[in-house]
Amino acid sequence: LSRIGDELYLEPTESGLSLRTVNSSRSAFASFLFAPLFFQLYEAGGPQPGRELLRCKVVMKSFLGVFRSLPSLEKTVWKCLILLKPRASRLVVQLHCKYGVTKTHNLAFQECEQLQAVFDTQRCASSLCAPARVLAEAVVHFPQTLAEVTLGAGPGGKISLRNYVEDEAGEPGRAGTMVTELWLAEDEFQTVAVTPGSRITFCLKEFRVSPARVPSSSLGSPLSPSQPPRCPQGLLTFAEASNLPLTIHYDMPGRPVVFTLDDAVLEVHLVLATLSDPESGLQPPTANGAAHLPTPSDDFADDLESYMIAMETSAYEEGSGVPPSPTFPLHTPCPAESDPEEEEEEEEEEEEGAVPGTPPHKKVLDGHGRCLGVGGQAQPPPDPHLSPQFRSLFFGSVLTPGTPGPAPTQEVLAEDSDGEY
Amino acid sequence: MPLSAQPPASGEPYVLAASLDNARHLSSLLRAVHFRDHATCFATANGIRVTVEDAKCIQANAFIQAEIFQEFAVQEESVTFRINLSVLIDCLTIFGTSSLPGTSTALRMCYRGYGYPLMLFLEEGGVVTVCKINTQEPDELLDFDFCSTKVVNKIILQSEGLREAFAELDMTSEVLQITMSPDKPYFRLSTFGNAGSAHLDYPRDSDLMEAFHCNQTQTNRYKISLLKPSTKALALSCKVSIRTDAQGFLSLQYMIRNEDGQICFVEYYCCPDEDITEAEL
Repeated sequence: LSRIGDELYLEPTESGLSLRTVNSSRSAFASFLFAPLFFQLYEAGGPQPGRELLRCKVVMKSFLGVFRSLPSLEKTVWKCLILLKPRASRLVVQLHCKYGVTKTHNLAFQECEQLQAVFDTQRCASSLCAPARVLAEAVVHFPQTLAEVTLGAGPGGKISLRNYVEDEAGEPGRAGTMVTELWLAEDEFQTVAVTPGSRITFCLKEFRVSPARVPSSSLGSPLSPSQPPRCPQGLLTFAEASNLPLTIHYDMPGRPVVFTLDDAVLEVHLVLATLSDPESGLQPPTANGAAHLPTPSDDFADDLESYMIAMETSAYEEGSGVPPSPTFPLHTPCPAESDPEEEEEEEEEEEEGAVPGTPPHKKVLDGHGRCLGVGGQAQPPPDPHLSPQFRSLFFGSVLTPGTPGPAPTQEVLAEDSDGEY
Repeated sequence: MPLSAQPPASGEPYVLAASLDNARHLSSLLRAVHFRDHATCFATANGIRVTVEDAKCIQANAFIQAEIFQEFAVQEESVTFRINLSVLIDCLTIFGTSSLPGTSTALRMCYRGYGYPLMLFLEEGGVVTVCKINTQEPDELLDFDFCSTKVVNKIILQSEGLREAFAELDMTSEVLQITMSPDKPYFRLSTFGNAGSAHLDYPRDSDLMEAFHCNQTQTNRYKISLLKPSTKALALSCKVSIRTDAQGFLSLQYMIRNEDGQICFVEYYCCPDEDITEAEL
């Protein structure tokens, strides 16, 4: 968690202790939920039932300072007690060690709002499950300095990983950039339930094992304007160490990708923003034909159609009966849709509480100046330097108890008035 | 193989002449007190004492008794000089610090007296190095007047239990607070840093406790930056004795066993911190 954010949010719930963090640009969120069974004793809310459960956040470094030396911890500590003392404003972490030695740390904490990312794995069109080792080995092939990688479902059920290179408008690709592409056969995975032709691009930094410092991205990604990039000993290392299979849920580009690890006593989620990119291929052919379909030979038009059909008929592997997400503005080919789209954006913003400091969530269709499907409707002119932007995840005071769930607002967004997908 | 005695150039005897088969026996102890550049050496027929002080608040002494040396001769009652400890340690370790089994640096140390440099002859594998280090007027040393009759509380612990604790001390705290008491918490080390406070408690019946003689509950604070160098001595030692007197002065005595199984001592004396601020417990 420390690889992602500077603050650790602790939230005791009925279903366990949740430790969460978010990165400063709000594009990565992770949570570890430890079920009560994980602990010898778990008492949320104190001895009196019905008392409000306290949430707090502590500075990550302080908390880590308690557990500074992992190898010696394993050898010397036999019990760890964590207490929240609201009256003294202290989070007490007490380690009972060998020889009767007791180490007590009284950490200052701040009360805070719930930190909850808006995502729903049930709604994701595609999911993959593999032992963490497979992914760790795959990721090793990509250069340490790589920021973004594209995961795609290719022909024959193969899964591809390719480093993302931003195409300069009009150029075939930056000369001299090495592109690495890796294909994994379906049988490397435990389960594969992907939409053919689907692909998403996400930031590798928060995910992989890499001690290198990634230089500030020249892609202009709002992920790393001036903050030192976080380099991971990320989820992948943890997954490998714990020997748990890693499940990847994803949907359309722009919608977050969710990595989960599940165990009897532990549930881990890592939610990363993905690049919402007209290049990703799931761009409906538009009236003005400015759709810029990528060169890979997958037959996107057909795939797209089948995807749309799939969405319409809700033939998800995971959930069923879930209505197609109307938030996805790419589904509106008609120029007239610009307004509802704008409304969608705004509604999302208002309802979910646009967090200050998030990168401007311009429409998906900007960036390259190709306002596809909106026929040049008046929109705030896109910043040409902020081309394909990561759609940030919206965090707010979503009062969903403990479990990740879609914000109710997702369903309210204006749908295409023609009902045509 | 000890070097044969080098005849003095002018025929005058050395006031201090010593030979040591393994210079590491000396250099490692000196490192344990090396937190300032200069040290005062005090040699008598019993051995050498090297003293380092800082801020008029802390004093560290390394004792290398005569028995450790293969040859040790002091012509006068006592020989005292001030010397650059960094340079001395660098010379003693001139052949490198990695301790390969079987190889050791032999040392012969000679001092002609007031005004003369300290001569070091170091040999390893047939290669000889000669070092001359200038000596200076010895400084007035602090006298903590810490004798066993004035000790209020005394604990002897196995170093193993404290090593990690000292290494992990929260350095954002300005002070290290030591509480010694016949009642709970018996022996407690506390820091008050940016993250909050941390307390390390050692119960009196812990396996680590070799001796526990606490008569009075005392809580004293010491500047952590002054005590931090004692971690080096702690790392080398097998046992440590922690004593405080009525004024809150702290005495830390480390028992160090060298490669040949010989025992040496290093001690640290520290004044309590005068600024007593509200304790945050």
